[in-house]
Amino acid sequence: MDFNIPEEIKMIQATIKKFVEKDLEPIARKVEEEGEIPEEIVQKMRDLGLFGIPIPEEYGGLGLNTFGEVLIYEELSKTNACFRSRIGTSNGIGSMGIYMDGTEEQKQKYLPRIASGEWSAAFALTEPEAGSDAANIKTIAELKGDHWIINGKKHFITNADCAHVFTTMVLTDKEKGSRGGISAFIIEKGMPGFSLGTVEKKMGIRGSHTAELIFDNCMVPKENIIGGDPMIGHGFKTAMRVLDKGRLTMGASALGAAERLLEMSVFYAKERVQFGKPIGEFQMIQAMLADMATEIYASRQILYHAACLRDQGKKITREASMVKLYCTEMACRVVDKALQIHGGMGYMKDLPIEMYYRDLRLYRIFEGTSEIQRMLIARDLLRN
Amino acid sequence: MNIIACIKQVPDSESQIKISSDSKSIVTDDVKWVMNPYDEFAVEEALRVKAKCGGEVTVVGLGPKRVTESIRTALAMGADKGILISDEALDGSDSLGIAKALAGAIKDLGCDLILTGQRGIDEDNGIVGSNLAELLGMPSVTIVEKLEVAEDAKSLKATKGIEGAALVIESSLPAVITAQKGLNEPRYASLPGIMKAKKKPLDVKTLADLGLDASEFGEGARKLKILALEPPPAREPGRIVDGETTEEKAAELARLLREEAKIL
Repeated sequence: MDFNIPEEIKMIQATIKKFVEKDLEPIARKVEEEGEIPEEIVQKMRDLGLFGIPIPEEYGGLGLNTFGEVLIYEELSKTNACFRSRIGTSNGIGSMGIYMDGTEEQKQKYLPRIASGEWSAAFALTEPEAGSDAANIKTIAELKGDHWIINGKKHFITNADCAHVFTTMVLTDKEKGSRGGISAFIIEKGMPGFSLGTVEKKMGIRGSHTAELIFDNCMVPKENIIGGDPMIGHGFKTAMRVLDKGRLTMGASALGAAERLLEMSVFYAKERVQFGKPIGEFQMIQAMLADMATEIYASRQILYHAACLRDQGKKITREASMVKLYCTEMACRVVDKALQIHGGMGYMKDLPIEMYYRDLRLYRIFEGTSEIQRMLIARDLLRN
Repeated sequence: MNIIACIKQVPDSESQIKISSDSKSIVTDDVKWVMNPYDEFAVEEALRVKAKCGGEVTVVGLGPKRVTESIRTALAMGADKGILISDEALDGSDSLGIAKALAGAIKDLGCDLILTGQRGIDEDNGIVGSNLAELLGMPSVTIVEKLEVAEDAKSLKATKGIEGAALVIESSLPAVITAQKGLNEPRYASLPGIMKAKKKPLDVKTLADLGLDASEFGEGARKLKILALEPPPAREPGRIVDGETTEEKAAELARLLREEAKIL
């Protein structure tokens, strides 16, 4: 397979690299400590056009394919992970259901505003009783006249506080459950009966907020089921397709972070002198660097390959799980070695390694844990 | 208003520069090429003048095909069209040769304002802008830190820093301005801008296309010849001043400055 990067994508990579170096990296630690991305940075993200990456051009987006998109995330992840999360959730799982399965009216109403960054989008599936067991959701909708009345709770919803549009999975038929009883709703901030609950305190990715959504007799117009009436009961399929692609972008984000960590480790191994020579001259340090580079190389190949397969219209459920599983676990091994190479210095908050160490740990949990990915891969192997 | 921004491509300032075996040029194999940073200020200013006075921005670059990338970057920032002057006969030209080729491409475009960087960060000559103005019979203001073009697009006011003061110069248009750091903060090429740049016109012209005689360009026509390139001398390693207390260290430093460095 040919991984030739088109000229315009190379230019986009160069722009993102500059943006990371000039605007994001200088405030990365401050954002981590204060737990907030400054509004002027979000505005710069809008001006750069970062909110409409995969959204088709006719709805105001860039219309990039998956390969182009993962290359952007790879580059944008070479700094504090919350910046990638700020745009990634909106570009990805938050709005993808609308542009994959939405009606024309829904696309015209929501996508241009999401692409411009005026409205951010989030994805709400997880509930206290439904994490890995996503089909076990309890949030339920009942049709009354022109409205669905929704009751229940979602939790651990990324970017809940800055999002305006929520792609939300809700039971519309309790008996059928995940087999035809779940529908995907577009719920807007400000709809009656919808409010935010607790904003969680997290171990990492502190610049991106995770909160609870509370639906208390929330009134949602009848037409707000993604894809309209014919899609009633097909929400679980929408959710799974959304997550398929999300797994590739998660892989890309883990890869970008690992590349930055390798770069820092190589630099440190050349600079840091112990026993009268740079530590990079010691075989045990060399072995760590070699393993990091090799695993990064392998991750990049499977990520690019799966992205290109998806662009060719192939079904990539198994590959997407493999990419998510391997890239995120790889990044955790890489950050562990990077910390070891940096020694005591790596443990200090003066360097960003400890931040990556905390941030990357989440990658093995969200958007499908490593265990769920292994289960999906094995199931697919045994079915065929 | 018809605005021209002239750009060149230079090695990224982070590139490791190695001198070739002929000791008159650099090894270009691993060099990452970027738009000359001073030319980025010129492009940005051109776009700002266009936003104020209307019109069109044309980017003119010169060099091998790779220069297309930098022209596309300027188009992605918002310029309207590009011209690349590309001809093997140009290889090895000096600043005067470059200015002649640029003048050849610009003279029939009917421009009101030409902007370019005050110098290229590669050879640091800083004369293409004034040469170009001379060849086109236009006034020039160099090393400009602030530019105001009149609403009627007939004149401009340019500010340049001089020792301890600022010089404000008024000029009629058309004119050539060379951009200094501080003139503006160049915008990013936005993602939608990059996608649109693909469809913007970019013409490639040879010397023959411009009606220029190839024998006036290239190594043979140089009036300035490079005799040799030498790397800067290796820097002496730093020295840590010994001493238990701050007072001891200060005393030792004073002694070293007096006795060894002999500057006290």
